[in-house]
Amino acid sequence: MLQLLQIEIYKIFKRPRTYIAFAVIGAIIFLIQIGLKFGGKEYVSMLMGAMNGIFEVPPGDILNGYFICFFILNLLLLHVPILVALIAGDMISGEANMGTLRLLVSKPVSRTNLLLVKFAASVFYTLVLLLWVAILSLLVSILIFGTNSLYVPKELEANIMSESDVLWRYFAAFGFSAIGLITVAAMAFMFSVFADNSIGPIVATVCVIIVFTILTQMQIPFYDETIKPYLFTTHMLGWKGFFYVKGVDGETVKGSINNFSAIVKSALILLAYSAAFLFIAIWYFRKKNILS
Amino acid sequence: MSAVIEVKHLSKDFKEVKAVDDLSFTVEGGQVYGFLGQNGAGKSTTIRMLLTLINPDSGEIEIFGSNLQNHRKEILRQVGAIIERPDLYKYLTALENLRIFAAMSGVKISERKLMDQLAMVGLVERAHSKVKTYSQGMKQRLGIATALVHDPQLIILDEPTNGLDPQGIADVRNLVIHLSKERKKTLFISSHLLNEMEFIADSMLIINKGKKVAEGNKEALLNPASTEVELITDDKEMSVRRIKETKWGDYLVEKGNSSGNILLAIKKELIPELNRTLVEKGVNVVSLRPRHSLEDFFLSLTGH
Repeated sequence: MLQLLQIEIYKIFKRPRTYIAFAVIGAIIFLIQIGLKFGGKEYVSMLMGAMNGIFEVPPGDILNGYFICFFILNLLLLHVPILVALIAGDMISGEANMGTLRLLVSKPVSRTNLLLVKFAASVFYTLVLLLWVAILSLLVSILIFGTNSLYVPKELEANIMSESDVLWRYFAAFGFSAIGLITVAAMAFMFSVFADNSIGPIVATVCVIIVFTILTQMQIPFYDETIKPYLFTTHMLGWKGFFYVKGVDGETVKGSINNFSAIVKSALILLAYSAAFLFIAIWYFRKKNILS
Repeated sequence: MSAVIEVKHLSKDFKEVKAVDDLSFTVEGGQVYGFLGQNGAGKSTTIRMLLTLINPDSGEIEIFGSNLQNHRKEILRQVGAIIERPDLYKYLTALENLRIFAAMSGVKISERKLMDQLAMVGLVERAHSKVKTYSQGMKQRLGIATALVHDPQLIILDEPTNGLDPQGIADVRNLVIHLSKERKKTLFISSHLLNEMEFIADSMLIINKGKKVAEGNKEALLNPASTEVELITDDKEMSVRRIKETKWGDYLVEKGNSSGNILLAIKKELIPELNRTLVEKGVNVVSLRPRHSLEDFFLSLTGH
């Protein structure tokens, strides 16, 4: 199994298209960092404008590597799934399209193992992509902007974490995001089992993400109870929970998380979605006639 | 030699199309077995069932004496195949492709042996070139190398000369002969080109619309003394009825006979006796002649 996994990972990283996602992420983060380097203070002033009189923090203190990273993740984690779909949605359908699937399936490897290995390779790619996001958004931002306390605005309040109380939250947030992105990878992977070309599964995944994200962000009370709790896109935002803290007498409790059980619940729901997508993929692939 | 492939009553439908219809055949070890039929006759579907790519609706496949469904992994470890086009990873080199398919087959092969495989198909100088730069003939040869890389006992080649120039066809033919005679492999080769099979196959199976229409060793099929006799009369239906009233009725070739004429599977020596019976039965014989080429035989059976 390990050797098969190595082969799949080798194939992914030998394809030039794999690096498109890395280049896109690098370009976006670079543009954000440049923009905030030269116009960040104005942006922060504007952002905190609504809270004037509640917090009196100089924009220069807010604008540090931790804040930039939060800003980037807030923008990017909605779009990284699309880049994950480019590879995961191609894992089976791409082989069918190239005509290599029939060679793989006629080898002495069970279909279930073949699928598990390919899914594991998709997960590996997803994690490497997330690591790339982490390096650029956190490490490079820290190098450019330095560190300070983290101010996370939420509606008409701000969650404030001291400098020493931030880094672990990012590790946790990236860990949670990994679960969310794996869910997207699993969905794209499932779609790829049903198709013989890559476009269909990738477009289907992107469409589902767009529709679900719109529903998640709609501020319509009817959907709050009926649909939103069941959408995986709702739970993919759970990483933000690590930056919502408890306070006592106006002071942040160090190491606290406001609603940890909600984060755990979201993570479990995402894992359940991933398992369901993978199960459907295996169930279908095991009985599929390979005609490509 | 014991049977390497034994297929019993294999059938597969795709919606309303019967792709393979109650097909049974046996391939003995060490043979080059030609699997013939027109395009769409059901050859590729049968091969895909032999390689577990398609699930049969009914029937049984035994390879190396074991049931394919129950011993899939053990069997496929000893099988190498090209299925239709030799599609490989175009963004990888020939050597990388070969390495991947060797590993997928569950064997560890040294770099030197991989290069030997490429040398065997004349690609060693292009070992490090990406497959996307290969010609169709080179891809076909690389496809054969990937099928052979794990030294399988049974080699299944689906239309291996498709898209090849005359030299490429001759190369494949020589390779097949080498694998069969020198390395004692069993080869199961499908083709719609009969003249190719005449050169290399020991035995043949001809199918049409998913059904077996003839099977036997090449000599038997080619030998006019033991193949078929074509009968043309002034009234086909009446003639068939009369023939069925006699012992010759057992020799009528009806399944897959779309030639428009009456075919009887009898030896050439029996033609005079058959003719006497026909005359006695009042059948007006216009022509009674043996089929003496496999091509004719094939065309008469498949109706093309």
